[in-house]
Amino acid sequence: MTSRAIFRLMFGFYSLVFFGFLFGPLILMGVTAFNTPTYPQAYPFESFTTQWFADLISDRDLMDGLVNSLIIGAGVVLLAVPVGLAGAIVMTQVYWRARGLYYLLVVSPVLMPGVILGISTVIFWKDVTRVTDAKFFYDGFFLTILGQSTFISAYCMLVFLARLQRFDTAQDDAARDLGATQFQVFRDILLPFLRPAVLSASVLAFLSSFENYNTTTFAILSDKTMVTVLAGRVRQGTTPAISALAVLIIAVTLIGAMIYEVLRRREAARAARAAATASDDVLERLEAPAPGRA
Amino acid sequence: MIESVVKTLLYVAPFVVIATFWVMAVRERRAAGDPTARGFFERNGWVVASYLLIAVGLWAVVMVVLPQLTMVDFSFHPKLPPKDYGGPKDHYTLENYHYFIFGSTTERESLNIIHLRAFGLTILASVGVTIFTFFFCYPIAYYMAQVAPPARLRLIMLMLIVPFWVNEILRAFALRILFGTSGLINNVLVALGLVGEPIDFLGLDIGMYTGLAYAYLLLMMFPLYNAIESLDKNQIEAARDLGAPWWHIHAFVVLPFAKPGVASGCTMVFMLSAGALAAPQILGGPNSLWFTPIVYDRFYQAFNWPQGSAYALILLLTCIAFVMAVLRVFKVSLGEITR
Repeated sequence: MTSRAIFRLMFGFYSLVFFGFLFGPLILMGVTAFNTPTYPQAYPFESFTTQWFADLISDRDLMDGLVNSLIIGAGVVLLAVPVGLAGAIVMTQVYWRARGLYYLLVVSPVLMPGVILGISTVIFWKDVTRVTDAKFFYDGFFLTILGQSTFISAYCMLVFLARLQRFDTAQDDAARDLGATQFQVFRDILLPFLRPAVLSASVLAFLSSFENYNTTTFAILSDKTMVTVLAGRVRQGTTPAISALAVLIIAVTLIGAMIYEVLRRREAARAARAAATASDDVLERLEAPAPGRA
Repeated sequence: MIESVVKTLLYVAPFVVIATFWVMAVRERRAAGDPTARGFFERNGWVVASYLLIAVGLWAVVMVVLPQLTMVDFSFHPKLPPKDYGGPKDHYTLENYHYFIFGSTTERESLNIIHLRAFGLTILASVGVTIFTFFFCYPIAYYMAQVAPPARLRLIMLMLIVPFWVNEILRAFALRILFGTSGLINNVLVALGLVGEPIDFLGLDIGMYTGLAYAYLLLMMFPLYNAIESLDKNQIEAARDLGAPWWHIHAFVVLPFAKPGVASGCTMVFMLSAGALAAPQILGGPNSLWFTPIVYDRFYQAFNWPQGSAYALILLLTCIAFVMAVLRVFKVSLGEITR
């Protein structure tokens, strides 16, 4: 056996360990959702049951949390996507001496611990409420949407920036030479160009909002979302019902993630046709930020 | 009196900074004398320009900067019932920071061992988790960036991203099932006769460290991959032709080139581990004290919000200082890692 073959064998074993670590726990959890013992157990597999799923439906707290999560997710999409778009456009125009500071400022929420974003949002708006006496601001939904949007807007901005880099400014000049107003250029040229990015930013924003815990747990105040209910349950004890819920959430998230992937690929394919180089295509896919990656 | 002045200054400061840059921009444009240069409003039109200003102002100032400044300000206040805010008892104080060090707002006799130890441990363990994820990810990142054919690369990418989409709580729960005293690992160990009694992985915090590494693996993988990917294969070939052993190639060719990616990945994993809440809450043993849950308890068990803010700020500043120090040691600029 050559040393190269030994190397390959070792690497093969290593990737097996790596991906085993990545998928193993999730698969095991999935198995426990269909097993009968009341403590989540994957092995030995006693017998198949869907009882744990039935338990979920009758769980009021979880269902309320789910509805709240959906509302908050929609709110975050409505706030973070337009803000991220504006952030990206401003990035392309901002005064060069201020660019570093601006970039640092808007990307910092991605690196900052989520708990701190939640805490600072709550404290600030509590203060605003005290000064203005407007009770409206001190509301779990409002605060959660704002708190989550601080960093989700940055995700959206990165998605838009990646696409804006390919925007041909000659189009913009041509339209203006033909007499279009700046608003028309924005509405009829820039926005249609950015449409795929708007879609993928929306999916990304919704999923990031839906699964957020660290910021939400502070900002939600006395309300609850799906994930905060879930966290409470997990801390109280382990039952297969949580596994069942996990299976459902994973299924939903995977569908969402697939939609996101498809959108991104379609966009990448379109760009590849335009640019007509294979290397660009690869670059494209890698450039679109994965969640949580700045 | 002084409180309200400081607070006003705090709130005015961001606008002063913006105005200063704006004036500088206008003056510089005039000085350059370029007739085609257009101002922000001319360039975008009033409608779009207002949208941009309002949206970015809302975000950068109202959502990011002002809350942070308020939190800093708040952490220097004593704990008061709401009616006393702005009253005579509301004054600047260091007592929250004093408490962190001495375990009391006035005495100095003993140190606040529990919190200080948790804090130190959190920083150390986060460093450990960061180093582990780096070594764990590096081979795969290198393989993806330099060796894998495009079809395989796409598959690996997908396999990496899929688990990352699963909620943090659920990933922690999955590990809890795995590591529990009647979890799979213990069942297997006992069945094989390797151990007589189940091992309490969660109590030993092994579950928690694994959970942290598991949660933030990909934040190391992608920056590493991106950095190594742009390395010219010829450099590796050249090193190999000149007889460099394989570990020389990695240590002296690949890693120096990928330094910004390494720094970026390490920064992210470190910051997020140190600020993690879900994994310590769910996987931490009864005796483990991670710092973030302590911050959480300041708020929701002690109901001492100013103290919680002080703790949050200590955590944030320490993390930033630590990251800056590491970047300086490795001679990487901040611009390079956020790229």
